[in-house]
Amino acid sequence: MPDLEIVVCMKVVPKSEEIRVDMESLLLERTGVRSEINPPDMNALEMALALKDKQPARISILSMGPPFFEPILRVGLAMGAERFYLMSDREFAGADTLATTYTLAKGIEKIGDVDLILCGEESADGATGQVPPGLAEWLDLPQVTLATALTIDQKKRIVQVRREIKGGYEIQEVTLPTVISVKTASNEPRFIDFHRKPWAFEEAEVTIWSHDDVDVDDGYIGLTGSPTVVSGLREAEVRDRRKEFLQGSPEEIVRELAKRLQGMLT
Amino acid sequence: MVASQYAPSEANKTLWVFLEIEGDDFASVSLELLAKGRDLADRAGWTLCGLLLGSDVADRANQAYSYGADEVWLCDHPLLGEFDVCGYSHATMQAIKEGKPSVFLLGATSNGRDLAGRLAVRLRTGLNADCTDLILDEDRGVLVSEVTGFGGGVIALLESAEHCPQMSTVRPGVFVPNKPDPSRLGELVEIKVKLKEADIRSRIVERHVGKGVDLTQAPVLICGGRGIDGDFESLRELAALVDGEVGATRPPVDEGHIERERQVGQTGVVCRPKVALNFGISGAFHFIVGIQDAETIIAINSDPKAPIFDHADYCIVEDTHKILPELIKTLKRERESIHA
Repeated sequence: MPDLEIVVCMKVVPKSEEIRVDMESLLLERTGVRSEINPPDMNALEMALALKDKQPARISILSMGPPFFEPILRVGLAMGAERFYLMSDREFAGADTLATTYTLAKGIEKIGDVDLILCGEESADGATGQVPPGLAEWLDLPQVTLATALTIDQKKRIVQVRREIKGGYEIQEVTLPTVISVKTASNEPRFIDFHRKPWAFEEAEVTIWSHDDVDVDDGYIGLTGSPTVVSGLREAEVRDRRKEFLQGSPEEIVRELAKRLQGMLT
Repeated sequence: MVASQYAPSEANKTLWVFLEIEGDDFASVSLELLAKGRDLADRAGWTLCGLLLGSDVADRANQAYSYGADEVWLCDHPLLGEFDVCGYSHATMQAIKEGKPSVFLLGATSNGRDLAGRLAVRLRTGLNADCTDLILDEDRGVLVSEVTGFGGGVIALLESAEHCPQMSTVRPGVFVPNKPDPSRLGELVEIKVKLKEADIRSRIVERHVGKGVDLTQAPVLICGGRGIDGDFESLRELAALVDGEVGATRPPVDEGHIERERQVGQTGVVCRPKVALNFGISGAFHFIVGIQDAETIIAINSDPKAPIFDHADYCIVEDTHKILPELIKTLKRERESIHA
């Protein structure tokens, strides 16, 4: 039986706690903001690596973004992925979910014979969670989102997925190939393997694809292929609050607070 | 440019809401969307339609009318008894091709997001995800969706005017359902759905559902952040005293101190309680989004510079571990004196 062919979709995001918005220009302040691998994508990669611990598998990282993603995502190679494809081209820039999922789907088709596509639950910056279902649709594959665990019967080509639902979980069964999004924080991403480090950060060859390298319709990529338009930005309204500071010993503070909350907490 | 399956000029002046069934009821977000949809449709002179999918569910249409729908478009099929995203996409696609709505809204629930993500691609249209408000520009017939951007205090307005239907998923809890009016009547439109076994591509093997919690309905919300060092037991004790629910910021959830369904804020639940008490929370904007509609906000944090104090009515600069037991003690005493 051939090795299980896994693609993990990953991206790089600005560190959420360092993001500031300039209220004058309403633009993101990029200076001094560090980047990191989108944390939910690390859970997706860990799920792939855990599968590889149990059965023969090959893991490819697939990303779409500017060249600076490359050194950052090499961490995935050091953790245990074999290959890394970066779709990087100015023509891809400005993509909304429709154009992003189209482009990534073309990348997956180019990699070829993929059994399992894993994604993070959502991106830390967009937080829409729409990429996994969009990818599945372009590729005409079944999908399961919010997976916390999975088992694969490669002979029967069946995956059983444990999926988080409101107030509990369910086990869903789908056939390979399939797209699965991994519930954020459902596992603990492993540390990088120090033996892999020199290869991962220096020797490993990263495949960079421009729009000419993949079979894309130029009308479907980047800004051109994105139906959604940002028509305005404004500062969120902040409701005026009393901002009354209660002072004294803890006993006195609580007494004052209780007085003000009279009738509200019943 | 990508062309959608039908052009805005071919679209009807209808606004569709996906009626998600959750247990024996509609999901609360579906009722919230019927209320908002009713309001938008009335202003623009449009028709509000509920899209109802399931097996043997026709009798639920009356409930949709009572909450504001003018029409219910029904896809009733034995294979739609369980939510399967491929089967539901297939059926919804047939309904949309017949009805050609201008706007299609879904709740940003797990299933709503799954369905919306697939359909937007199949329809070649734009999808604005996890919106916190909706405006209908009547003159242009364009839906403007608000999303809170980048964890900071910025609201982005998004539209996809050139594509149909204009799709948005909406965050549960941001709108308030109307009071049902059982005398409201509507019209049922039945779609002859063509579905075969092979269109259903997932199978539920098991399902375990406990009693879920709905923070959006809690009158009193007791939230804990990093500063309480995982002591949610005390918060639960306090919540039990005031008939409240316990919520949390992201770090304690990530660290496993509390269930993820209790995470409040941009990537969690948006609540509108009467009172929100916040213990050991610094007040990053992505958390504030989840409580900013509370009538009264109380913040307890040892750091006087914590941004949460800018959003609070009553501010307490003190170690939460000193205030919490004292507050519990005081409330217990009050309760006893009431019952005495």
